[in-house]
Amino acid sequence: MIQLNTFEEVLKEAGTQNKKLYEICQEHEAEILETSVEKVREKVQINLNAMKDAIFSGLKSKEKSMSGLCGDDCAKLIEKYKSGKIFFSETYQKVLLYSFATIEQNLRMGKIVACPTAGSCAIVPSVIVAMSEAANANEEIQINALITAGLIGEIVSNKLALAGAVAGCQSECGVASAMAAAALVEIYNGTNDQILQAAALTLKNIMGLVCDPVAGLVEVPCVKRNAFLAIYAITGAELAMAGINSVIPIDEIVDAMKQVGELMSPTLKESSEAGLATTKTGLEIAQALIQKWNAGS
Amino acid sequence: MEKQKTLFDVIGPVIIGPSSSHTAGAVRIGYLAGKIFGEIPQKVKFRLYNSFAKTGKGHGTDKGLLGGVLGLDVDNENIKKAFDYARKLNVQYEFEYANDHNRHPNSVDIHLEGSYKMDITGVSLGAGEVCITKINGYKFNINGDYDTLVLIYKDKPGMVYKVTALLQNYNLNIATMHCDRNAKGQEASMGICIDGSLPESLLTSLAEIDGVYLIRNIEVLKK
Ligand code: SF4
Repeated sequence: MIQLNTFEEVLKEAGTQNKKLYEICQEHEAEILETSVEKVREKVQINLNAMKDAIFSGLKSKEKSMSGLCGDDCAKLIEKYKSGKIFFSETYQKVLLYSFATIEQNLRMGKIVACPTAGSCAIVPSVIVAMSEAANANEEIQINALITAGLIGEIVSNKLALAGAVAGCQSECGVASAMAAAALVEIYNGTNDQILQAAALTLKNIMGLVCDPVAGLVEVPCVKRNAFLAIYAITGAELAMAGINSVIPIDEIVDAMKQVGELMSPTLKESSEAGLATTKTGLEIAQALIQKWNAGS
Repeated sequence: MEKQKTLFDVIGPVIIGPSSSHTAGAVRIGYLAGKIFGEIPQKVKFRLYNSFAKTGKGHGTDKGLLGGVLGLDVDNENIKKAFDYARKLNVQYEFEYANDHNRHPNSVDIHLEGSYKMDITGVSLGAGEVCITKINGYKFNINGDYDTLVLIYKDKPGMVYKVTALLQNYNLNIATMHCDRNAKGQEASMGICIDGSLPESLLTSLAEIDGVYLIRNIEVLKK
């Protein structure tokens, strides 16, 4: 069986077999799951459709989360776009909209696809779906892109636990952004090397991102961070497609992220004991929620 | 034993938000507990510890646990309405919150009552992974990665042999096995993870072994 331990190995294997990264990944997956490549792709398609459902439902809702902190930002963006004032392109608007739509479904207990986690679930879908609409990429290409994203996450996860509590938000939203960047290069049919460069550039620039959620909830800063890091992924993909390479190879970047995750204070790894969580406002919100919930509402 | 990571751990699973550890994990603990209990309880009491207690309300941990016990799976959008669902089924539920640093940060004790009573402890390990660590005080390690046979029986010589011999007859391979007991000669427990799935007829044969008090086949979780 081919081993998918490092990016270097996978790139070499794909080169030898003259295949795209997603092909190597789906074959490897079929082997582990003792099934066919078609079945693997069917399963990916199911998850892709679940992502689209979340976007679709999210666009229609402004129901707030249980804490009442978030939930109506997507609706605000839709209103703004009605006014016709556009900073960038319509595609840029879509990426933001789809991102808010997905992450807000998450916080109102809707159905989402953890990608790689629930808190970072909007980054990959918003980029793949919005950018595929822009590029007229059909479902086959979208599935290829999602598998490519998955390959990035899977290899990173061999070394780095994808969990804010272990390695900070660099390992959740940061990795999601790298996955999305890689997927986007696949949508535009970039080379295997460009795919890994896009992921490398993205990871490198998000290293050290802490996890400091207010009141311990997956809302502040997570909701807006998904939108920011979806846009950020596009930068990674665009640079890589232009042939701009990361000076540090991706495997070494992952090693560095792991080291940074270990050095990061536990107070900044989901425990809400520092950072935004302990700002004056962060603490006030946490206190008010404790009172509200103790009062039984 | 952990199962090999797959692509679908990274671009999945499909779950109810907002938190894989505090919501999806809670649903899975509840779901496994419900299957182990084996019937819809008349009463259920949850004692949430530490981070589960602190941030549980904002993550819907309470709804997830309850919905899971009532048989709702991790991608069921009715989890959100678990309290209504419980009332409809006439299930009384109660939540307690506690701080205990000797306990795992995301753990819960579940007390279930129906035609009998049972106590189950579960922990949420992150990324939607969970583990049922105790049933009626016996140590278990049920994580839903395999079909798992749960047995509580009279502690006497030959029980492990009788059970494994039956499995062998069906050509079933044991992935892992854990045993525990309270005191010599009283009650003991077995948790056996199987490669493949357990046929109904085997369960019937196992239940016929003299001294078996409780037997459950906990099917692998949809992931
Ligand atoms: S800040 Fe923490 S909880 Fe929020 S998305 Fe990042 S890792 Fe997850």
